[in-house]
Amino acid sequence: MLFETAGLTYRYDRLAAIEDLSISIREGSRVALVGANGSGKSTLLRILDGLYFGQAGVVRFRGEELTEDRFADDAFAFSFRRQVGLVFQNPDVQLFNSTVFDEVAFGPLQLGWPKSAVQERVGETLARFGIAHLKDRAPHRLSGGEQKRVALASVLVLDPAVLLLDEPTAALDPRSQSQMIDLLVEWGGGAKSVITATHNLGDLEDIADRCLVLDGGRVVAEAAPAEVLRDRELLERTNLVHAHRHRHATGEVHSHPHVHSGEVKRGDETR
Amino acid sequence: MKLPHRQGGFLERTIERLYRAMERAFHAESSAAGGGLLQRLDARVKVAGLFSLILAAAMARRLWVIAAIFALAGVLAVLSHVPFRVLAARAWMGALAFTGVIAVPALFLTPGDALYRVPGLDWTVTAQGLTTASYLLLRVETAATLALLLVFTTPWIHVLKALRVFRVPVVFVAILGMASRYILLLLETAHEMFQSRKSRSVGALQGAGRRRMAVASAGVLLSRTFQLSGEVYLAMQARGFRGEVHLLDDFAMKSLDWLALACFVALAAGGVWAGR
Repeated sequence: MLFETAGLTYRYDRLAAIEDLSISIREGSRVALVGANGSGKSTLLRILDGLYFGQAGVVRFRGEELTEDRFADDAFAFSFRRQVGLVFQNPDVQLFNSTVFDEVAFGPLQLGWPKSAVQERVGETLARFGIAHLKDRAPHRLSGGEQKRVALASVLVLDPAVLLLDEPTAALDPRSQSQMIDLLVEWGGGAKSVITATHNLGDLEDIADRCLVLDGGRVVAEAAPAEVLRDRELLERTNLVHAHRHRHATGEVHSHPHVHSGEVKRGDETR
Repeated sequence: MKLPHRQGGFLERTIERLYRAMERAFHAESSAAGGGLLQRLDARVKVAGLFSLILAAAMARRLWVIAAIFALAGVLAVLSHVPFRVLAARAWMGALAFTGVIAVPALFLTPGDALYRVPGLDWTVTAQGLTTASYLLLRVETAATLALLLVFTTPWIHVLKALRVFRVPVVFVAILGMASRYILLLLETAHEMFQSRKSRSVGALQGAGRRRMAVASAGVLLSRTFQLSGEVYLAMQARGFRGEVHLLDDFAMKSLDWLALACFVALAAGGVWAGR
């Protein structure tokens, strides 16, 4: 098993972000953590990346418990960071170097790669992500789409076996969203494990084989993307869809669930 | 990013100026890649050499010695293609303004031989006061010029690595590294907060209202700073950061570096000896 949690609880002061959570994620699977804002997706990703540690319960990565003490050991920390990469939702948080090249080289250098290998791999990664022309630019001066690409490249340069993504298409224009999804779908040729936190239901079937629907820090449903998308009651209960109204040229006003997928079509109303 | 010119309170204008200054500071990275004398030297030599000159200026008890170190800084600026107008705008005027607040009262408050009496006021400039103020101003101007030369001629990340070579604590270096990047982001946030407030208000706030707004904004910014710093640290950890700064460019001392280091040490030692 890649990740396992049992009775996991994480609180920000008194506010519970994750509540008594027990899940299992298999090797090589593509899992979407789906939930509205504040459902605990980002917190869970950080726990899986060994950045946060729960106040109760256990988290295991390939059978080994993730604790603060374990990460105090350099050998374990380097080995874990080499295998698991996390792309943060906000690129401003992740892009702190003065050039794109330095940004992408940061991870390999911290993990002690030989410098010739770093030079070579960074060059390859920049070319693969179509950002080689940006290598001398300051990351914080790039457009939102370019920043996301650099953030993703800065993690995928390590070629981790497990990729954790926090809202990879948030705040991107439609073309950048599509490019980002293409990059993720192509990455690893299906041999990697990808865990994506998202509330963009339109991406689900492209990025995941299985969905964990979170609400209030608990998993309230676990199913294939198509099944989750068909369950309108679940989506409404977890604030993942809302009634969307639009006016046609004839003056008719339609109201239906606002989901960018052909799966949810029931319940159209005409007023 | 070019900000539109607009009127505003003291705080807003200050933040806007700081924002522009930080934007310019990022452009300093490009001058660090130029082909001047200091740009060709190893970052460690520059940190050690320029710091030893600052130390010599701070320890000197003769005005001409400090003036000579200041002149040397000017020569280094010319050889490193750093324009005087940039030094004047970024170091000299600022240092003069901040130090002047302390130095000007010293002209009148330091007891000693009267040199000049201000007409209409019972204030007397004393010789000792003038000397004290001159020492203070010249030391600060010299230190600011040398420090700015380091920043202008060395990529910031190399300065940080050089500081680690000199055993400056990891936490301090990490804070410096993040501050240089994120102060711009926070100033941008502050600027947008003021713009947002302006877009929702009509007319100018007066006195108490303006102070309340400033205090509220400061609170929000402090909270965002705290949150951002935590997030950035997590993002660094997630990519294997364990406190040490690792770079692609290794420092390597060449003969020019050794020669420059010897010159810096000799000049600083000479300054300390002559100024004792």
